[in-house]
Amino acid sequence: MAHSNPLLEHRDDEGAKIGMWIFIFTEILLFGGLFLVYAVFRNQYSEDFHTAAFELNAFVGTLNTVILLCSSATVAMSITAVLKKDRKTAMILLGITLVLALVFMVNKYFEWSHKIHEGIYPGSELMADLERGELLFFSLYYFMTGLHALHILIGMTILTVILFKVRNGSVNDDKIVLLENGGLYWHLVDLIWIFLFPLLYLIT
Amino acid sequence: MAKLDTPALEQSFLNNHGKNPIRAWLFSTDHKRIGILYLLSIGFFFLVGGLLGGLMRIELIAPGETIMDPQTYNGVFTVHGLIMIFLVVIPGLSAVFGNFFLPILIGARDVAFPKLNLLSWWLYIFGAILAISSQFLGSGAPDTGWTFYAPYSTETGSNVVLAVFSAFVLGFSSILTGLNFIVTVHRMRAPGMTWFKMPLFPWSLYATAWIQVLATPIVGVTFLMIVAERLFQIGFFDPSLGGDPLLYQHLFWIYSHPAVYIMILPAMGVVTEIIPTFAKKHIFGYKAIALSSLAIAAVGYFVWGHHMYTAGMSGTARWFFSFLTFIVAVPSAIKVFNWVATMHKGSITVRTPFLYTLAFIFLFMIGGLTGLWLGALATNVHLHDTAFVVAHFHYIIFGGMGFAFFAGLHYWYPKMFGKMYDEKLANVAFVIIFIGFNLLYFPLFIIGMQGMPRRYADYLPEYTGGHFWSTMGAIVLITGALLMIYNLIIRTRKKGTPAEMNPWGGKSLEWTLESPPKEHNFDEIPTITENPYNY
Amino acid sequence: MDDKNKKHITSYQTYGIVLVGLLILTFISVGVTWIELGPLTVTVALLVASVKVFIVLTYFMHLKYDSLFIKLMVAGIFILFAVIIVITFLDYWFR
Repeated sequence: MAHSNPLLEHRDDEGAKIGMWIFIFTEILLFGGLFLVYAVFRNQYSEDFHTAAFELNAFVGTLNTVILLCSSATVAMSITAVLKKDRKTAMILLGITLVLALVFMVNKYFEWSHKIHEGIYPGSELMADLERGELLFFSLYYFMTGLHALHILIGMTILTVILFKVRNGSVNDDKIVLLENGGLYWHLVDLIWIFLFPLLYLIT
Repeated sequence: MAKLDTPALEQSFLNNHGKNPIRAWLFSTDHKRIGILYLLSIGFFFLVGGLLGGLMRIELIAPGETIMDPQTYNGVFTVHGLIMIFLVVIPGLSAVFGNFFLPILIGARDVAFPKLNLLSWWLYIFGAILAISSQFLGSGAPDTGWTFYAPYSTETGSNVVLAVFSAFVLGFSSILTGLNFIVTVHRMRAPGMTWFKMPLFPWSLYATAWIQVLATPIVGVTFLMIVAERLFQIGFFDPSLGGDPLLYQHLFWIYSHPAVYIMILPAMGVVTEIIPTFAKKHIFGYKAIALSSLAIAAVGYFVWGHHMYTAGMSGTARWFFSFLTFIVAVPSAIKVFNWVATMHKGSITVRTPFLYTLAFIFLFMIGGLTGLWLGALATNVHLHDTAFVVAHFHYIIFGGMGFAFFAGLHYWYPKMFGKMYDEKLANVAFVIIFIGFNLLYFPLFIIGMQGMPRRYADYLPEYTGGHFWSTMGAIVLITGALLMIYNLIIRTRKKGTPAEMNPWGGKSLEWTLESPPKEHNFDEIPTITENPYNY
Repeated sequence: MDDKNKKHITSYQTYGIVLVGLLILTFISVGVTWIELGPLTVTVALLVASVKVFIVLTYFMHLKYDSLFIKLMVAGIFILFAVIIVITFLDYWFR
């Protein structure tokens, strides 16, 4: 039974892209559930949210926003580089993206550990004494940024794999859909942060 | 599996070509093999869930403690719900018959992402293992019911985390299947198959896939919140941590009501394939059926609040949800009308799949109309959380989805395995199942209206009659189901005759293939020129 | 398949300009918090965020050059989410 496998010849870049977009929708709605929770509680306790947001460091938040926006741009540019058959630039751009992502995570680490050091973390004694809305705000803060950070880690893994595939040439100007889809995922992570940032840091 | 003792079987996808059969099955990306893997695993969990349901019925045969204490009963109904909902009916039709027949019906060689398809099955098995182990590991079986309502689910000592996480994993599996099917339908239809030349089972799978993709993430994150609440005291739902229990119900039902349509829409699709084949007549109102699938999916997404009438929602929200609930009945009724109109003046041959289909329509109508009683605000207050609700959703899920599953199984069995089962025995099993089903669930409508609450291990003596007959029905039903399984597996394996290519005289693409189909279905991709129901 | 050979290549400059635009919008939304707008603060912040998301979708995520079907799906998702919020708030606003 040595017939050729017709499935191996099947290739549909547009289909792969549609699939990636649908996956992105599920991610949007995953966070959407959290934004719904945020909306409900903020509607009920807007005063408390206002005071609690003062506790967050808007500078770190802004810095991380800038970092993520830049990393999004470098991923997008790496697609241009691959399409121009400029493999080296593409790898440098992807490398910059990964470094920026790492810087984002380091910032996040210091931000969280500072808060935990202050005694504001879920289950702490200080949290229990807070106003109900403030308690919810910090719960949301930890859960939303935590879930987002998890997505950063996943995105970093994906981009690392793609970086190696660009290097060995299995992602090239003809077969670029993997890089495009990885890029879409990274932009999604950015997209979510664009909403998280004002809702957590800027409502003072 | 069927023995490879005929030439057709020899050439089919069932032939392992000398490879290690375990590897050739568990790591196959062939959509037909994955469909059969789902059939076997779902069949297994259906038996486990059914056994637990049977134990519940035995406990309820008489007032007082019969075979288990109330806490065990709480565990048993939770596991019964968890298994039946997440492991059986949600994947059910779309994962088994969708996987096997969607590519064939649209003239493709496989789904769009075959590897992802295999991953879905593995995630399903992983989730299933988690779900089962949540019953034995840790601090006792979860006792919350499959709905995991907060704040009880965030406070009970039982093993909720693992159970909830298993549901999360299973949701992920369901999302990937949905994603796969959407892209498949969009990109892989055979040349000439326009949207309105596509058979109606793919249409219903397409609508279902959208719900799977758009509703599941919400419950996914909700389950993560429950986990976070239990492990890290991040309180969104527990009032003592600042949360709002009613918000949990919103989030939960935003998924779990559409989940009902994930179950029933493919069932409607199967029935729509079967009826024209046996009525030898073009389906009545093709476009109305196709579009009503989308309408059910769209409107069904926004009716979640009708599970929460008595939970303390605002009056505005309640009339809104009640109104939409009545609206969603319209496209369902359109389908029923079209099925009956297709049969009208057709030359009907009554075979086993057709019997199950007729039963489906009958039971689905009872389930659907009692749904309107529950969807109406005033009657809901009386019936909420009674056995009436239990009867209603078993009529929809088992009487609807389950009977459609049996119909599809008997309809496509010769195509899938290349063997014909004993039809007389199948008809006997059908009659027993049908009688047992009604005897089991109809009394619950009556005692529910009289005030028997759901999820109670014990009851007042006045409900004894209803419960007794219901348990008798369970015994009859289980007998019938075992007879059906015996017929399809053991008897057919020994005495089944080789199936023809087109045993029912159907017109859709699967009947143009060998029974069972070859590995990549079509030697040459067909060009479609006409509607699939031209009889 | 059909557009494999005419893939649109966005220039580095375009991405640079888009990035600068996004950064400016970020600083605007931070700057606005210093102005006392009362309850409007959140509205402004969300409006700016929406503009940013629109830009990211259009340029970085390449929607501008994608098929109408993908565009419609993306729009549909945001509409769907808005409807979910409104319906949930039918409960919370009218309690």
